[in-house]
Amino acid sequence: MKKPKLATVWCEACAGCHMSFLDLDEALVDILSRVELTVSPITDFKDYAFPQVDVGIVEGGVGNKENREVIEHLRQQCRFLIAWGDCAVFGGINTLRNWLPKDDVLRCAYVKTAGTVNGIIPAHEDIPQLLDKVLPVNAVVAVDGYIPGCPPAPEALAYCLKELLAGRLPVLPADMIHFD
Amino acid sequence: MDRSSKITINPISRIEGHGKITIHLDENGDVCESRFHVTQFRGYERFCQGRPFEEMPVITQRICGICPVSHQLASAKACDAILGVDIPPTAKRLRELLHMGQFIQSHALHFFHLASPDLLLGWDSDPAKRNVVGVIGEFPDLALKGIRLRKFGQEIIKALGGKKIHPVFAVPGGVMNALNDDDRDTLLSGFGQAYEATYAALNIIKDWLGNNLEEAKRFANFRSIYAGLVDKNGCPALYDGKMRMRGHDGNTLAEFDPARYLEFIAEQVEPWSYLKFPFFKPHGYPGGCYRVGPLGRLNAIDAMGTPEAQKEFDEYKKLSASGLKGSTLLFHYARLIELLYCLEKAEIMLEDDLICGHDIRITADPSNREGVGIIEAPRGTLIHHYRVDKYGILEKLNLIVATGHNNLAMNRSVNLVANEYIRGGEVREGLLNRVEGAIRCFDPCLSCSTHALGQMPLRIEIFSCSGEFINEIRRP
Repeated sequence: MKKPKLATVWCEACAGCHMSFLDLDEALVDILSRVELTVSPITDFKDYAFPQVDVGIVEGGVGNKENREVIEHLRQQCRFLIAWGDCAVFGGINTLRNWLPKDDVLRCAYVKTAGTVNGIIPAHEDIPQLLDKVLPVNAVVAVDGYIPGCPPAPEALAYCLKELLAGRLPVLPADMIHFD
Repeated sequence: MDRSSKITINPISRIEGHGKITIHLDENGDVCESRFHVTQFRGYERFCQGRPFEEMPVITQRICGICPVSHQLASAKACDAILGVDIPPTAKRLRELLHMGQFIQSHALHFFHLASPDLLLGWDSDPAKRNVVGVIGEFPDLALKGIRLRKFGQEIIKALGGKKIHPVFAVPGGVMNALNDDDRDTLLSGFGQAYEATYAALNIIKDWLGNNLEEAKRFANFRSIYAGLVDKNGCPALYDGKMRMRGHDGNTLAEFDPARYLEFIAEQVEPWSYLKFPFFKPHGYPGGCYRVGPLGRLNAIDAMGTPEAQKEFDEYKKLSASGLKGSTLLFHYARLIELLYCLEKAEIMLEDDLICGHDIRITADPSNREGVGIIEAPRGTLIHHYRVDKYGILEKLNLIVATGHNNLAMNRSVNLVANEYIRGGEVREGLLNRVEGAIRCFDPCLSCSTHALGQMPLRIEIFSCSGEFINEIRRP
């Protein structure tokens, strides 16, 4: 049997969910032997050129145009999409900026901070424009499964992947659901 | 034939966060300009305004999931300064132990999970397999050692803060929990394996450098300033110390109390990156380029201060003096010596009964309107600077993150490596991987670096010198 293909991305996030995945430690070796890991921050695939994959996993909210393109592309290419961690599920801590005008937030960081000598706001074809608000993944595309937590426990993702590998829709047990 | 073009590498992989590289080639197909772009921004400096300062250790650690502990500690130190308190000795020890756990897991992660595929499988190996899964396949025993070493660091964090990522531990005035004897004993039993894994890694990098000496000498080897926190003996002071900026020739350019950082460090903004460019103020921009992190620290200190790490440091200095001092590849070696140092420090702290004390927190009302907290994060010096109103509500924040300090140097490194390997329009995947490898040496944390609005994608495009887009190199 061919191994199921997996893609993982991080968008507007801190990488903590991916670190939690690595916290599977020894069990990681087993999981990685049962799937084919394609596009992921820990592999060398470029340009988010997702092949057709069975499972797509998203860490992070959608905060800029590139995030949005990546998520839309991943949605097209995957059968089952998981929003992983509070930022992907709810938008997360980054949504604290949603109460503020975008320009105000940028001006604070690049013009007003102590020690900045030439206050200009970065804008260039090589850096993606921010969206007005940071969105949870399901505000942009349809999501099939949710794993909350900041970050989710390593076991929660392992459980979901094992259920999917067994052909079942994962339903997280209560002790794996937490929001901190 | 005109070979001018633009190469884009996006995203830079096996680093933390979102970054991209663009390289412009001239009509001969040689590099005329290169840039390292950070493509993420989040806005912490703004959205934390109006919140009580006590919340900052928990909120700002969400800047980074790899080094949340560093942000939590820098933040807690800035909060201590606002309270105007000296925290109890046990609390300081416990914070330092947490910090060592952070260094151990972060440095192990970088070497085994992110960087080792280039060294063990090769720059030019199959990009589809050039990752931690490939390393597990080819070197299963070694990979398991690396996984367990990282786990050991994470378990120190969990024993203190309740969870491995985004723990709840350091608070203004001290820490939340004491360490119990059982957890202390369990942690002490883990050092044998941890040392073994660290020496295995050290042997790999020393062999690799020995076998690739010429490449290491040419690989983004340049003069710069080196910076890090030091104690009064000139040894690393990862939790607290004076900031030293040392020139390439070894002369100390400045050594100052962290609260005075604005006298020595300023930041430039470039329109093409969300990451600002800090520079050493007396030398101006971009002349005041300095490097932080393992290479910056080891080139700024006089001695390690622990016996085993000192032995390795003596060897390192010999190699460094043979023309490798500025080689960006030396970051890997320096990082592993620090890993050894952190294991020794953690073991010493755990063996001292002070670590299990119960006097762990001082409560007080704010007595200062400003507080600066500076710490050495795994990737370099991390600055949290807060200003509050009379009720303790944040009015202003300034965050300068390790990866930011290295921004000028990372751009320089990309440029040097691109010039070294990309000639006459010949662009191969393996060559581009070396360009990315220059960034990987720094172990950048692009989420950290763009807390301002934080995310850093890395990608390489090729443009003509006139700015016309020519080509994008894509990997599988």
